[in-house]
Amino acid sequence: MNLSQNQNLRRYLWPCAGLLVLLIINAIIAPEFFQIEFKDGRFYGSLIDVLNRAAPVALLAIGMALVIATGGVDLSVGSIMAIAGAASAYYITKGVDNLAIIIGAGLLAGLIAGAINGLLVGYMSIQPIVATLILMVAGRGIAQLMNEGQIVTFDHAGFSFLGTGDFLGLPFPVVLVIITFIVVQLLTRRTALGLYIEAVGANPSASHYMGLNAKAIKMSVYCVAGLCAALAGMIAAADIKGSDANNAGLWLELDAILAVVIGGASLMGGRFSIFLAVIGALIIQTLTVTIILSGIPPKFNLLIKASAIIIVLLMQSPLFQKQLGQLNFWAKKKEAKRA
Amino acid sequence: MLKLNPKFIPLAVTCCLFFLLFGVGAIQFEGFGTPRVFFNLLSDNAFLIIAAVGMTFVILSGGIDLSVGAVIALTGVVCSVLISKYQWHPLVVFPIVLIGGTAFGAIMGAIIHYYKMQPFIVTLAGMFFARGLASVISEESIPIEHEFYNQVSAFGFEVFGDAWIGSSTIICLLVLVAAIIIAHYTRFGGRVYAVGGDANSAALMGIPLAHTTIRIYAISAFLATLAGIVYSFYTFSGYSLAAVGVELDAIAAVVIGGTLLTGGYGYMFGTLMGVLIMGVVQTYISFDGTLSSWWTKIVIGGLLFCFIALQQLLVRTKPR
Repeated sequence: MNLSQNQNLRRYLWPCAGLLVLLIINAIIAPEFFQIEFKDGRFYGSLIDVLNRAAPVALLAIGMALVIATGGVDLSVGSIMAIAGAASAYYITKGVDNLAIIIGAGLLAGLIAGAINGLLVGYMSIQPIVATLILMVAGRGIAQLMNEGQIVTFDHAGFSFLGTGDFLGLPFPVVLVIITFIVVQLLTRRTALGLYIEAVGANPSASHYMGLNAKAIKMSVYCVAGLCAALAGMIAAADIKGSDANNAGLWLELDAILAVVIGGASLMGGRFSIFLAVIGALIIQTLTVTIILSGIPPKFNLLIKASAIIIVLLMQSPLFQKQLGQLNFWAKKKEAKRA
Repeated sequence: MLKLNPKFIPLAVTCCLFFLLFGVGAIQFEGFGTPRVFFNLLSDNAFLIIAAVGMTFVILSGGIDLSVGAVIALTGVVCSVLISKYQWHPLVVFPIVLIGGTAFGAIMGAIIHYYKMQPFIVTLAGMFFARGLASVISEESIPIEHEFYNQVSAFGFEVFGDAWIGSSTIICLLVLVAAIIIAHYTRFGGRVYAVGGDANSAALMGIPLAHTTIRIYAISAFLATLAGIVYSFYTFSGYSLAAVGVELDAIAAVVIGGTLLTGGYGYMFGTLMGVLIMGVVQTYISFDGTLSSWWTKIVIGGLLFCFIALQQLLVRTKPR
């Protein structure tokens, strides 16, 4: 019991410590980083900005964490964002004013896309990378088809609220992330669903013999990922008051996967933590801000990100940990000899 | 009656599909069914064919390489900087970038093998790294101006009247022939298939896994670098955001070419047909004129789905 608690703690320790270190670095470089102002019923400041900017990736990461826990991966979330944004924009430009229909259209598009992924992965047992690649390639075409290849812009106060509004002093995207987090957390931790997801990811054949319906579980996680992506897509569309099928959510699937991996999840499936995935998304965004604040030209952004991934991945590898341990051992030996 | 060996079914389907699409275009549009259009398919997609051939090795071994597009862009940027800024001769630059690219792939292969990481995430990091390095070297597009480049792009000869075989077509066909020989007629090729079929059995059979894995990713990166050089022959420039998404096109081409994504089964020739099918779809849409370019993506997505479904069917019905 003690041991497992220890391991659990260690799991949370690294990502949180990483975020903390980045925040401290930011505070040293730019002391105004932690300043938060309250103006016109809303908080302003760099920290709030980080939260707001991280919101789409955090939403994607929540869905992606579940998918990765089943041993899968969803490459299509960026395209689903584009589809959902296009679907909402389609109804707005058609003159529909009912917010429920507009948001419903976006969510439905995401759900259908997720269900297609779930069908391919769960019921046709196609490898997740490939199954979701289909929608990743075709999805942007479908999104363009909806609005006939145009970048449509719109003006709809209710819908724009999703991207630019505020609630209880927080930007609305952040509120959406919090709500999604709570809902998914309750769904997976207060019901057996979370345990099932981990079981399917950790050992597919054992869970099969236990009588778990792996197909339905996989279907459900891809649907959740699709819904999360749809939310993120609508936030992105509401933010720019338009739908750009080519660029909405471009490469965000990679950021989402990264966020989950930084959060310490194994790509082989098994245990997951939505909280750590969100922390991962925050780390990515904070790192971006750190790069900007420290005066390194933004062109170094990708290179630093790549190095960060490689280091995180290496830290997770048992062999690398052993090698590090040996290095320490030698250092100790040398010291011992000197003494 | 001639009986088709079941192992050739996906390849046969791919070939039939290509001729079907080409035939439909030829009937519908004047000037479509000419050697000229066919050879343009080859020269326009030469860099994709080269990259896809490398991807075929990786997929045959059961892996995946997402860094291909980024390596193409990085190659272009390095070439253009060395040639235009430092006035090096291209023939000096090419071996250097090819060695660098191969080393890059070998490092990824080593990380994948020794640290037991998934190829997917390692090559993803590699993709970020290569694109990042390219944008650090230069964020702007750098033009390449060199007499050698003009000579290379002007080199070629006409066949069948007005069809043009250029230098990039020649390079890509040479690569294809070499790849077919390596994959199907050498010991290394056999090892690639064995690793893809079942890595554990392969190891028990005494196949050096480390050596094979590292070589596979080195070959893929080498060919991606070569693809980058060929790509720079068209664009006469190097740009860090060039060739975005080529890795996905290459994967799609390999799958449409009938190679099994779980590894261990497929043919190099199929990959050529896969690229050509994607090229025909594009040509058809540009001949038609009324269809918009986004249909290309949807059709390719649909084709991908059909071929994966076909693979599943074949795998399931195969007697075990």
